[in-house]
Amino acid sequence: MEVTQILFWFLSVLAVGAAIGVVLSKSPIYSVLWLIVVFFSISGHYILMNAQFLAIVNIIVYAGAIMVLFLFVIMLMNLNADAEPAKNKYLKFAGVIAGMCLMIVLVAALAESSDIKVSLARGSDVGLIKNLGRSLFTTYVIPFEISSILFLSAMVGAVVIGKKDEQKQVNP
Amino acid sequence: MQALTNKVEVVSRKPMTWWERMYLPAILKGMAITFSHIFKKNPTINYPEKTRPFSPVFRGLQILNRDEEGREKCTACGLCAVACPAEAITMEAAERQPGEEHLYKEEKYAAKYEINMLRCIFCGFCEEACPKDAVYLSETFAPSNFQRKGFIYGKDDLLIPHPVNEPEAFAKARGSRAKNPEGHGNEH
Amino acid sequence: MLVIDWAIFIEKLVLIISVVSGSLVIAMYSTYMERKVAAVLQDRRGPSRAGPFGILQPLADGLKLFFKEEIIPSFSSKFLFILGPCLAMLTAMMIGAVIPWGNKVHLFGRDISLQIADINIGVLYIFGVVSMGVYGIMIGGWASNNKFSLLGAMRASSQIISYELAMGISLIALLMVTGTLSLKEMVGGQMDHWWNIFKQPLGFLIFLVCAFAECNRTPFDLAEAENELVGGYHTEYSSMKLGFYLFAEYINMFLSSAVMVSLFFGGYDIPFVNDVNLAQNIGINWAAILQGLCLFGKIVSFLFLFMWVRWTIPRFRYDQLMNLGWKILIPMALFNMIVTGGLILLKQNNWHF
Repeated sequence: MEVTQILFWFLSVLAVGAAIGVVLSKSPIYSVLWLIVVFFSISGHYILMNAQFLAIVNIIVYAGAIMVLFLFVIMLMNLNADAEPAKNKYLKFAGVIAGMCLMIVLVAALAESSDIKVSLARGSDVGLIKNLGRSLFTTYVIPFEISSILFLSAMVGAVVIGKKDEQKQVNP
Repeated sequence: MQALTNKVEVVSRKPMTWWERMYLPAILKGMAITFSHIFKKNPTINYPEKTRPFSPVFRGLQILNRDEEGREKCTACGLCAVACPAEAITMEAAERQPGEEHLYKEEKYAAKYEINMLRCIFCGFCEEACPKDAVYLSETFAPSNFQRKGFIYGKDDLLIPHPVNEPEAFAKARGSRAKNPEGHGNEH
Repeated sequence: MLVIDWAIFIEKLVLIISVVSGSLVIAMYSTYMERKVAAVLQDRRGPSRAGPFGILQPLADGLKLFFKEEIIPSFSSKFLFILGPCLAMLTAMMIGAVIPWGNKVHLFGRDISLQIADINIGVLYIFGVVSMGVYGIMIGGWASNNKFSLLGAMRASSQIISYELAMGISLIALLMVTGTLSLKEMVGGQMDHWWNIFKQPLGFLIFLVCAFAECNRTPFDLAEAENELVGGYHTEYSSMKLGFYLFAEYINMFLSSAVMVSLFFGGYDIPFVNDVNLAQNIGINWAAILQGLCLFGKIVSFLFLFMWVRWTIPRFRYDQLMNLGWKILIPMALFNMIVTGGLILLKQNNWHF
């Protein structure tokens, strides 16, 4: 076995185990922490595939910012295992079925597509920041710009919502 | 309203100018001020090794004095106890026996002499009352103690070390407040 | 079969150990430096009892922390309570991996680069690690099961997230100027040229302010405002766990000084001296030592700046902090980025519109 292979198996087991931890842990805080572990192991996979930029952005954006906001909200709401309302039995059943369906779709999609395997071959330099930037700003410039406009509109929307609240407080 | 002193400074509530709102110049000014303090002489002294001089009117713990031959000066006349406004001083007199002339200067001496340092207000009246210059206030203060009885100073705490047998300890304990440094008579 | 180049393995191991222990020692002595600087700026003497000039004071403090009673609050999650300071320490240490501590030395017939990992996303790595640093504080503050700790943790994390944005945007302009994300290449580009501070003065100012905020240093130390929050996120901590938090703060300060020096002040470049000629004249190893000393000097002067500011400026109010971050620093950073981009385009066009 090579070092990369050992790392791959280690990271895979870590990712799957942590994902199970997310679902199974009683306290939402622990769920979020497990989720952070999942993000880290996925970043490890990205690095194994030579996609350093994606790996580090995954850590900065997901583990570093979004999960902090999650933690923030959960900590302030002071959720714990006792406060969780008892769920309907049928609802649980429906959840299991929906999850299964999603998994089948994902597995089927992965099995069908053959070109993913090719592009995931190690040794390609697509993931390096220089190549990634070049392809983003040449080949994929229109989708890239459109998605950035989407983000901008989301930001403006957030600001508008925030402003509205403020006015209500001033004139109740 | 008319100001009572000329130290009044009216606080300006004007909105800050653009230059003030920049904030950075003010920070730099403050930092220059703190930086200038690096070069200032610092007033701290290394306390236990170095002490500040006491003021000449400082009054500390009492000391029972001896004369230059090491004889106790106190005659247990009780004037200090009478003068004491806090009633901190008690004493018992005894008569000098033949053969004790090297211990006590006069025929009568204090067999027991106690000052309660918790009561004492260090006014110095005992020093003024003493006709023999046997008691005076030194330049030390009472160290802390865990028990009240530790503050009742007996003769062995108050007596100055023997000037002939232990001249160094004597010089140290005597301090600069002892009147008539040579130990002769009363100049008052 | 496992194939490992043992020479590289040992070389990196030695480098990692020396960087980690070095930053620990420097963090220890920056507590001493902090107290001495505070004393000098306030016309006092500072620690002077332990050893000559109080030089052993950090050891005495550490010993005291070790022998303090270890208290774990009964209603807290014990695992997270211990994880908090460990994470804070870990993330503080990890930044040291990408900082170039010198060019290279020639030992045992090998050229050894004085950088643990020269990855081509060095700057982004720093951002990733810094954004991880929030977790140590947040987890510790929450696990203490104390509202003041939680408030301190909330303050710290929202502050760090807010200032990370301005920091990132201010760095984008720098990245456009240097054209690389690797710290080694960035330092290399500044060797014997103008330092980046002259190309990006506004960017440096924004970065500096954000670095103060990221390190939770005065005037942004709201997370540990003891007069409002008892102690801050570490109220419930005692003994060496508290020590870890305090240590992490000083390590953060040391390493962010190192990052600032590498990004804006030429890293290990010796000012006014042609480093390449120097290396040829006195040998690579001696040049590396001189460069290391130079880097150290720059870092120490930054540490002094951190302390100098701490003992000069009072703490911000919370709304002032947020206003400064969101309404002043981010627009300024965006402006800086746009102007820099425009100038670069103009230069490519030979200064014609």
